[in-house]
Amino acid sequence: MFARFAALVTLGFGLAWSAQAGAQDTVKIGVILPYSGPFADAANQLQAGIDLYMAKHGDTVAGKKIEIIRKDTGGPAPDVAQRLAQELVVRDGVDILAGFALTPEALGAAPVSAEAKKLMVVMNAATSIVTEQSPYIVRTSVTIPQVNTAFGQWAYEVAGVRQAYTLVADYGPGHDAEKSFSKGFTDAGGTILGSDRTPVANPDFSAFVQRVKDASPEAVYIFVPGGAQPAAIGKALVDRGLAPPATKIFAQGELTHPEALESMGATAKGIITTFHYTLERDDPLNNEYVEAYRAANNGRSPDLFSIGGYDGMHLIYEVLKKTDGSTDGDALVEAAKGMAWQSPRGPMSIDPETRDVVQTVYIREVQEVDGKLQNVIIHSIPEVKDPLHGQPK
Amino acid sequence: MLANIAIVLFDGFAFGMLLFVLSVGLSVTLGLMNFINLAHGAFGMLGGYVTVLTMRQLGFPFLLALPAAFLGAALMSIALERTLFRRLYRAGELNQVLFTIGVVFVATAAATWFFGTVQQVIIVPTWLRGSVDVLGLPLTAYRIFLIVVALIITALLVFGIERTRLGAQIRAAVDNQRVAQGLGLDVERVFGVTFALGSGLAGLGGGLAIEIVGLDPSFGFHYLVYVLIVVSVGGLGSISGSFFGAALIGIVDVAGKYFVPEIGSFLIYLLLVAILFVRPLGLFGKR
Repeated sequence: MFARFAALVTLGFGLAWSAQAGAQDTVKIGVILPYSGPFADAANQLQAGIDLYMAKHGDTVAGKKIEIIRKDTGGPAPDVAQRLAQELVVRDGVDILAGFALTPEALGAAPVSAEAKKLMVVMNAATSIVTEQSPYIVRTSVTIPQVNTAFGQWAYEVAGVRQAYTLVADYGPGHDAEKSFSKGFTDAGGTILGSDRTPVANPDFSAFVQRVKDASPEAVYIFVPGGAQPAAIGKALVDRGLAPPATKIFAQGELTHPEALESMGATAKGIITTFHYTLERDDPLNNEYVEAYRAANNGRSPDLFSIGGYDGMHLIYEVLKKTDGSTDGDALVEAAKGMAWQSPRGPMSIDPETRDVVQTVYIREVQEVDGKLQNVIIHSIPEVKDPLHGQPK
Repeated sequence: MLANIAIVLFDGFAFGMLLFVLSVGLSVTLGLMNFINLAHGAFGMLGGYVTVLTMRQLGFPFLLALPAAFLGAALMSIALERTLFRRLYRAGELNQVLFTIGVVFVATAAATWFFGTVQQVIIVPTWLRGSVDVLGLPLTAYRIFLIVVALIITALLVFGIERTRLGAQIRAAVDNQRVAQGLGLDVERVFGVTFALGSGLAGLGGGLAIEIVGLDPSFGFHYLVYVLIVVSVGGLGSISGSFFGAALIGIVDVAGKYFVPEIGSFLIYLLLVAILFVRPLGLFGKR
């Protein structure tokens, strides 16, 4: 009995000692992302954002070396994300959890962060509820209600649109987008003529676009996941004559990312999108960021995932500086609350109450600038918070 | 309303024709050799990447890039058939399935390595953009082009199978492989040629598909489901079966999404189950 107790104590001391020894010189960050599978592109862009920040600012903060441990979930897999988070905390002894491109995976890992009291930096997952799942979650990306509610209001008040049709992908973020755009729009006085939902992996949009056309709305609001769909739906719309100025096309920024613009060609002109990051925004910080990113990634431009990863690393570096290298979860999350900085995307901060991101929402129109199609900012709404936090569900 | 129905039928038929080009090769090789080639979609992906490369790097016009996609996929399939696939003709079905699905994984990883995970973009000529008025209906130019290409391919295939020596050999081998072999036909060679033709057509389909559905490393998996549905609905080894099966699936898919968007995306699966209940060999299946 005594021997067993002694063994346990020794083991306990040993563990504590080794953990401390580890904590003295390195800070381990476990990055959980879908590096393979259908969302591999998002994960790679996000990782490139992380890598760029570390390349620029070195891998030592407050006297400690930053060590990144990558874990691949292989797709939308909340259970895998949870298991990986547990392994990272228990076996690899990470101090901070980061990454999380997809909402279900962030929700999967959240309980681990709450239980283990580890700071969890959500670098993309954009559903409102994510930050409410653990008191240690901080988000550096965007929320869908944040960019879309303000957009719906703008569509009625500034763009003068009175009735619209919504067409969104049939999954969580799509439902959120539909709800928040419609709310902003109808609260301001607009009417929604109809709303359809497309399958998440939809190969052909012609049927849905034809339905929109039959309703002949003044404007159509679109939300589809990034990847193949933006170009496909954009082309389906303009091929059927649903194009500005006759019909306004509203969407979240993914629709007009550079590859989609290139494949849509001149027909994309006049599409209006709402987003928190605009690649072409002329600002010294952003220009430098875009240039460095392209240089490091074979000319590929950064996107929303990249900026989420980049700012997520910035947050981690800054909170570590504030705590002087301490990796205590409570100290880190306290340090993150209320933090404000200038990002390549513009001014941003962390809401001290909700730990969610507060930032400028840009409304952009596709225009031709020097013979190239670009998202040109036509309106910006500063310091937008997620409108859903703190509301009765 | 009538005009809308006509447009939906047209869009569906065009989508079906894309599926036809992608899947006809698999149907013929499956019927011919009972070889289950789940890597068929990967040849489609290869054709897609060949199209992108020849257009962007070599500056080929779109109409020249498509034959290049056909050739690229066909040549690659000959190489793979000689070195790998040939060893599995006599193997069990499970081995074939496992092996060819492995090839898809390898193809996905290779595409990611060479081209990255990004969506590939091509710029089709202006005459293939927008829509054209046909009898008062605004029809999409690119879809008219798809239908024309598919009809030409169908005509060539039907002519080739019915009228040429190779066609006769293929028909003989499909109908009764052992007797054909006994009469001195080199069935393996016939199969090799058919395999290359089928993969080439998949490559052409991949090139044609970029404009409608995009192209990334998951293409080989994404369209496998559609291709398999077309093959099982149409029946193995039958060109007309693939043609009508693909047209039916395309039209039901688009019309279903148009008229009942809530359940539209499930309709093709219901249709598949219903057809296989009534005709387990598919609409035009022979055995």
